[in-house]
Amino acid sequence: MSQNDPVVRLPLPTEGPLDPPAEWERLRARCPVATVELPSGDTGALLTRYDHVKALLSDPRFSRPLPGDDSARVAPEDGGGVATRNDTALSVAFKGAEHQRWRRHVGRYFTAKRMTALRPGMTRTAEALVAEMVAGGAPADLKAALGFPLPVSVICDLLGAPVRDRDRFSYWSDAFLNIDRYTRAETEAAEAEFSAYMTELIAAKRAAPGEDLISTLIEESRAEGEGLTDPELRDTGMSLLVAGHETTANMIGKMVAMLLADRTRWERLVADPSLVRTAVDEVLRADANLGGFGVRRFLTEDFEFDGTVVPTGTTVFCGLSAANRDERTFADAGELDLGRSPNPHLTFGAGPHSCLGQALARTELQVVLDVLLRTLPSLELAVPVAELERLAGLAVGGLREVPVRW
Amino acid sequence: MKVTVDQEMCCGAGSCVLAAPEVFDQRDEDGIVVLLDAEPAAGCREAVREAAAICPASAITVRED
Ligand code: HEM
Ligand code: SF4
Repeated sequence: MSQNDPVVRLPLPTEGPLDPPAEWERLRARCPVATVELPSGDTGALLTRYDHVKALLSDPRFSRPLPGDDSARVAPEDGGGVATRNDTALSVAFKGAEHQRWRRHVGRYFTAKRMTALRPGMTRTAEALVAEMVAGGAPADLKAALGFPLPVSVICDLLGAPVRDRDRFSYWSDAFLNIDRYTRAETEAAEAEFSAYMTELIAAKRAAPGEDLISTLIEESRAEGEGLTDPELRDTGMSLLVAGHETTANMIGKMVAMLLADRTRWERLVADPSLVRTAVDEVLRADANLGGFGVRRFLTEDFEFDGTVVPTGTTVFCGLSAANRDERTFADAGELDLGRSPNPHLTFGAGPHSCLGQALARTELQVVLDVLLRTLPSLELAVPVAELERLAGLAVGGLREVPVRW
Repeated sequence: MKVTVDQEMCCGAGSCVLAAPEVFDQRDEDGIVVLLDAEPAAGCREAVREAAAICPASAITVRED
């Protein structure tokens, strides 16, 4: 971060819709701790090397910017969803021992074994959605037909929220994650509605408990001083609905687009479906469109990266996808190697805050790919790759549509 | 091969169980890792190395001997 380096503006521009910004390679090589300017005009530091990103995320002293931290703002004053702001008080965003307590309460619902048990149900849902898409005729938008409805129905089932409300969840979650589509007033109204909805859902579960996650968390909280408080329960429900939904939906669309962009990849998977597990993680690694800002950490102490000291009070943007293409860690980092193993990519983050839903997300992506390879081996993109359109502004990154035929 | 896990560091992501279910499990009550086999047989050592490499919390240590 020397005074003479030109300031880098986030988000960085890219060539094609699936390509990484060319700038990443230069930054990794010459300016791995870069000064960046955000749409708000505030500045922060951007990390692009694997070791740096992993070291910072693994350090339990730091977390996402919390209310009260004087951190860099992403979006201009009048816009930006809750997830892009720093002054929200979602009571699950804490750090240290309190965070670990929350994590362990909720984490038990997201174990690998539980996710594997959900697999047959997910497969049936995916098959039904594909059948519906096929019945509607080609071309179809795979993201709308399968990408969105599958994760929503899975997370609704898990939480015990009615699937029929999924359009409302979609709107609320978009309003949470978007950088510039809604005004501040709109995102605040969405937050208030969503919060009221979740409070009501919790009251309903309290009156008539089911087998779902919310009911079980309520049950545990009955004993004084145990389990989660009511605001924690509400915010947990809201976070899981948002986190479990838009990210995975977009990733399903991007996965299919990346695999069909070079159809020899698809053919290789059709011929050998045992590659599905490693292929999913390789697509997660190679995704260059995780959102233009990366995961944030607020430095409450100085942090040194290979001799460069970044001072207390800096907001650091961890470029997960830039780190995932670091040649120092991944051989042929620019290539898509469907059998890559091990694949320690950082798409789900690392350390104490690493994605709670990663076993779920991996299972969903594997199920989608399995079902598509089996039922629609002739699948192909219905438009040239260059015509795929990136969703601008979304904190999680995606393609507007993924038009396919078969 | 000798495997150890650090339950304090583990964030319960379950990647190890997906990679090597013969060697790793997660506690039902909080999702934290349980080591099933500290000296895994030759047949699953590759999977254990993979699990250690991908663990997001760097909570798995493998000592080759
Ligand atoms: C492909 C899909 C997904 C991607 C790329 C993704 C990515 C991430 C990343 C990078 C983080 C770390 C954020 C940070 O360190 O500040 C995270 C955290 C989180 N994710 Fe995911 N996620 C996905 C799916 C899911 C699903 C399906 C859920 C489920 C319910 C979920 C729930 C969460 C939660 C609760 C956290 C916060 C964990 C904490 O702070 O302890 N995610 N996710
Ligand atoms: S992969 Fe690591 S963090 Fe995840 S359950 Fe296993 S030991 Fe814990």
